[in-house]
Amino acid sequence: MFKFISSRLLQAIPVLLVVITATFFLVRAAPGGPFSAEKAVPPEVIKALEAQYKLDQPVWQQYLSYLGDLAQGEFGPSFRYPGRTVNELIAGGLPITAELALYAMLVAIIIGVSAGVFAALKPNTPQDYIPMSAAMIGICMPSFLMGPLLVLIFGVWLEWLPVSGWGDLPGDKILPAVTLGSGYAAFLARLSRGGMLEVMSQDYIRTARAKGLPEWVVVLKHGLRGGLIPVVAFLGPAFAGLLSGSFVVETIFQIPGLGRFYVQAAFNRDYTMILGTTVFFATLIILFNLLSDIIAVWINPKLRHQIQDGQ
Amino acid sequence: MHNKKNFRSITTLITGLLLFLLVGCSGGENNVTTGNRGGILHWGNGTDPQELDPHIVTGIPEHHILTALLEGLVAKDPATLEPIPAVAKEWDISDDGKIYTFQLRHNAVWSNGDPVTAHDFAWSWWRALQPALGNQYAYMLFPIKNSEAYAKGEIDDFSQVGVKVLDDYTLQVELTNATPYFLQLLDHYSMFPVHRPTIEKFGKPDERGSLWTRPGNFVGNGPFVLKEWKLFKRVNVGKNPQYWDANKVKLNGISFHSIENVTTEERMFRSGQLHHTASIPIDKVAIYKKDKPHQLYTHSYLGNYFYRINTKLPHLNDKRVRQALAMSIDSKQITEKVTKGGEVPAYTFTPPDTLGYSAKPAFEFNPKKARQLLAEAGYPNGKDFPVTELLYNTSEGHRKIAVAIQQMWNKYLGVNIILNNQDWKVYLDSVNNGDYTIARAGWIGDYVDPNTFLDMWVKDGGNNRTGWSNPRYDELILKLAPKTTDRSERYKLMAEAEAILLEDMPIIPIYIYNSKSLVHPSLKGLEPNILNYSLYKNLSLDPDLSGVKLN
Repeated sequence: MFKFISSRLLQAIPVLLVVITATFFLVRAAPGGPFSAEKAVPPEVIKALEAQYKLDQPVWQQYLSYLGDLAQGEFGPSFRYPGRTVNELIAGGLPITAELALYAMLVAIIIGVSAGVFAALKPNTPQDYIPMSAAMIGICMPSFLMGPLLVLIFGVWLEWLPVSGWGDLPGDKILPAVTLGSGYAAFLARLSRGGMLEVMSQDYIRTARAKGLPEWVVVLKHGLRGGLIPVVAFLGPAFAGLLSGSFVVETIFQIPGLGRFYVQAAFNRDYTMILGTTVFFATLIILFNLLSDIIAVWINPKLRHQIQDGQ
Repeated sequence: MHNKKNFRSITTLITGLLLFLLVGCSGGENNVTTGNRGGILHWGNGTDPQELDPHIVTGIPEHHILTALLEGLVAKDPATLEPIPAVAKEWDISDDGKIYTFQLRHNAVWSNGDPVTAHDFAWSWWRALQPALGNQYAYMLFPIKNSEAYAKGEIDDFSQVGVKVLDDYTLQVELTNATPYFLQLLDHYSMFPVHRPTIEKFGKPDERGSLWTRPGNFVGNGPFVLKEWKLFKRVNVGKNPQYWDANKVKLNGISFHSIENVTTEERMFRSGQLHHTASIPIDKVAIYKKDKPHQLYTHSYLGNYFYRINTKLPHLNDKRVRQALAMSIDSKQITEKVTKGGEVPAYTFTPPDTLGYSAKPAFEFNPKKARQLLAEAGYPNGKDFPVTELLYNTSEGHRKIAVAIQQMWNKYLGVNIILNNQDWKVYLDSVNNGDYTIARAGWIGDYVDPNTFLDMWVKDGGNNRTGWSNPRYDELILKLAPKTTDRSERYKLMAEAEAILLEDMPIIPIYIYNSKSLVHPSLKGLEPNILNYSLYKNLSLDPDLSGVKLN
């Protein structure tokens, strides 16, 4: 197991290096600089700003000094926020985005898995069609539509929940979490239905039933464990996706998270911020993929034996 | 057994998190109600402020916060926009209009108790001109004698700059030319004083982004002090008990909410989270006008929407072509059918009634004349008119206007225009480098005077970007107008210059901007004006009007 994890971590280094290099040169190749503005900026001001952010040096020198800083865990100063470092900005936004992603994940798992399992118990009946059709709608409905719709119903008409904010008013975390989680819930519903259908036709389920176990024990104890393997495999990338894909929801609900920093940085040509967040998200995605592989191994005896046999 | 335990602990964790999420899930009181009770104004403030250092920032959201935290020598009366005393209790202007002597009030103090003196202003302006600071608005100080040379590094000796401390409470400023709008500049943040000991405590005076602007560190002299600064969320300020006019300040604090998305902002307003919005979605204007007109504040704004024409291109170098293009735009149709926010069609470049200045409308919508001009230029009915591209930065609003104008030019002139949209920063690069044919643009005045609209069109001006120039125009703007102290004389020269500009048409004015906000009925003391400028110390909240139904 240790060998498996360490080799995967080693593989991650060249991947990250490619991500850093490509992003570094791409953002600099994009037209429009960080300091261009509608009102002409005097040349002497541009010069002072470029000197401050080392943009007056040759690009390769900038690249090497960036790698050097990165090796020490420094993402550098933000261009848009003169008094802030990228580390500070990420540290400020991450807990909020992580919390949002966590709640969204819970919403997705609870709604998605129960709907999927429920549907799989009686395939090709209304009990299957109704939740699965709802899931299809959920997958198709983008969050920029789902969010405002939920806000309109629960925030503006019914006045049950706040329309925006994060941690300011009681209950203001519910709508963002549901909006972000709903798309993934739909996806999980389809995955868990597929997984359950396959497992429920296996011999060991028939054995469990033959032992005379009550149906709920068969489903929850024997069925779920195998049926959820595809779901678990999906959770790692999904969580990384929730973290890096929260931009729309953060904008709709006015949440000061990382997703907004990321997209705004691109619009503002905030070079260090774009790089910092990209590297950070790339690392997260690699880690979560690894994590979900480890869990899959832990949960699936077949894979576990393969690794122990050194395959 | 082991797995069962795992399962149970996971279930407990999930339940716990859900309970946390749902905690107190019942509609509490909204910001307006609690704000009215506690005297806290909730202000929608647009994009997130970049910084709170007045010598670094460049935006309107920062401007709002800084006018609460700092105070210049003079302020403006929100009703008339004429200068009113602030830190300076009175001032004297020499007959030639070049020497201003300000008497500072003795009771003005910093929020830590230090007195605000003439030295503070001299040092702050010295700092604002430091090249290393990268102050993009340093040019606001350039009317002061030798300040431009100092900022550009041409002279090193600040004592040659026209700022003189006569005593602790007397500041004398010498200008290069009589600049009748000089007092208007003094409440721009680039002219605000900053607290020297605080800045020096946290870094070098010309260091960008030192920690002096953080809550707890910030020392200001305005009616409010900095309490909290949460990125992407809000900046909170509280009443400054040390402020010289504190008795008149009615609010206990202001919460400046960073909200980029106008749709979200409108929803927040409707659910009672904001007293005042920075803007309003275009498609909501008509609804508010019809159903809730008393919540909608609109006022014409010191800015305009126009198209730049690249006069360096052969077919656009002919002024008849440019005039034809301008005369075949039906701006009234655009403001009534496309923008629909109460904007005013523009037939001059300077917005009408800019502190008493109104240029004569220089052109009109006249398709017949336009066709004739185009034919004279060699393109009868648009025949053989070269491929012409209309560039705008990506936005639904700009696209709609561009499509309407594309159709008008096709209908009235028979010319075909290709639309091209670019991401903001790319668009800025294209226009700056002259890499465009016709480009959408906007201009917001820096101060209330026609000069801020006209001095940009001088030869090689940084904001000209059209390749157009005219020697008489340059003479009027750079030589004659600055030498004139009499306002009406000066306005006459300005009007002559503007007439030249609009006769040559390197630009096509389309409409005058309109500031639009939603205002809760409990917010009192707002005076709509062309700068969309509010004096926060005049505002108050009426708790009796908290419960007004907004839906």
